[in-house]
Amino acid sequence: MEKILEIQGLSKQFYLYEQDREIKSCSDITFTLNKGGFIGIVGTSGAGKSTVLRCIYRTYLATTGKVVYNSLSYGKLDLVRADERKIIHLRKVELGYVSQFLTILPRTTAREHVINGALDAGFSYKESVEKAEEMLRYFKLSETLWDIYPNTFSGGEKLRLNLAHAMVKAPRLLLLDEPTASLDNDTKLLVKELLMKLKKEGTSMIGIFHDLEFMEGLCDHVYNISKGSFQKGEAL
Amino acid sequence: MMEQPVLEVKNLTVRYGRTCEYCRNGSRLVKNTCPHCKTVWACNDINVTLYEGEILGIVGESGSGKSTLMKSLYFDFPVTEGKGYLRDFEDGRTDIFGQSLQQKKYIKNHVMGMVYQNPMLGLRMDYSSAGNIAEKLIAAGRRNYAGMNERVGELLDAVEILQSRKKEPPKNFSGGMQQRVQISKALANNPAILLLDEVTTGLDLSVQAKVLELIRRIRQEFHISIMLVSHDLAVIRMLSDRTIVMLDGKIIEQGLTDQILDDPQQPYTQQLVHSLL
Repeated sequence: MEKILEIQGLSKQFYLYEQDREIKSCSDITFTLNKGGFIGIVGTSGAGKSTVLRCIYRTYLATTGKVVYNSLSYGKLDLVRADERKIIHLRKVELGYVSQFLTILPRTTAREHVINGALDAGFSYKESVEKAEEMLRYFKLSETLWDIYPNTFSGGEKLRLNLAHAMVKAPRLLLLDEPTASLDNDTKLLVKELLMKLKKEGTSMIGIFHDLEFMEGLCDHVYNISKGSFQKGEAL
Repeated sequence: MMEQPVLEVKNLTVRYGRTCEYCRNGSRLVKNTCPHCKTVWACNDINVTLYEGEILGIVGESGSGKSTLMKSLYFDFPVTEGKGYLRDFEDGRTDIFGQSLQQKKYIKNHVMGMVYQNPMLGLRMDYSSAGNIAEKLIAAGRRNYAGMNERVGELLDAVEILQSRKKEPPKNFSGGMQQRVQISKALANNPAILLLDEVTTGLDLSVQAKVLELIRRIRQEFHISIMLVSHDLAVIRMLSDRTIVMLDGKIIEQGLTDQILDDPQQPYTQQLVHSLL
């Protein structure tokens, strides 16, 4: 099986200068994600789950350890030490990050937001429009919402827009940071169905969820993160 | 293959004063001023690289040297030391700061565009808006009236200013419109680099949104590289790919924008981010 991501001895500490103290967020995290695999991360709030994802995405600089990503563009690359220009390129083309929060430029409609994602990945404008519309349909966002500014959307609609924006570039690795945290059961089921479909199509994913029932049948492995350390569990 | 930067600045220093043996080693400065000879080191050993299609954010407190850096790059302030190379000027082989006045004018009119925080610095308030833009076109050697008129129309359309108002002077316009005229003037000759100094400061939210959307669109449509100075960290987060943090004339931290704002490594950057509303 081709390995897409290998995390070796990853740890992250934050140093707060104002208070002159160190906060240990996670330590000695080691795991491997195969191509097309899905790893679920569970744990209590503040256990360091999001920190792991953010270290992979390089929003946080890992204190120690390696995040070796097998990229199409550059081959094997340690994301902790890789050049910023390479990270920017990978984010545009190969890495997707989805959270429950939507960050969007003002005066940008849902359709434009997804088109921008495709343009960033290097598609022409015509292709980007086609891909964006395909994704909005795929994630079942009603056509009446496409040309509306998304700050009026419900949580579920925002999430589906986030997914459409992340998936329009067909990322090889998708990081899901508690995307279902504020959704009702029906919307959760819809999201689960969509994630199952993405998995079948070969997208590799790492997701943080609170809901064990949601993870059933979705994750190949579930890791429990407790007080910053990792324990591997069975598939759900 | 290594990507060639659009702009590379090496060891840029801008100082005001004669310097003395105490401040020449840099470590004896109080903030950015020498306590002995009172020399002000407005920019101190700055190294910046800007790539094609990239937006580079610059943040820092007032007096940290952000605007001095921008104005030095646009030759408004003389550079004391350092070198700069532009991909679009002699293939990046020649230092731009050592050029003659004529060559510097060529660079200002063909390779770079500047939008100042204060529109009065970038526009002639009593000339018509079309005249302001045409001035830049004439400076780049264009003389055909019809051609210039057409280009002015295109530029005003791009920044969403009605062509029916092109004969009005910018003094009749609101702050947001003046900034948009400045942006269209800066874009007149398709520069490779756009320098934006606090372009959204003082604008109301809806006008700010228009300007932000315009900047994003310009980058996408023209593949232009942008250096963006702003006090507004939300603007930096929305637009910039990478961000530089300046303090007392020096770059103290640089990196991916979300990493700088979410995981700042330096005490000052932490203080800055924690001051966010």
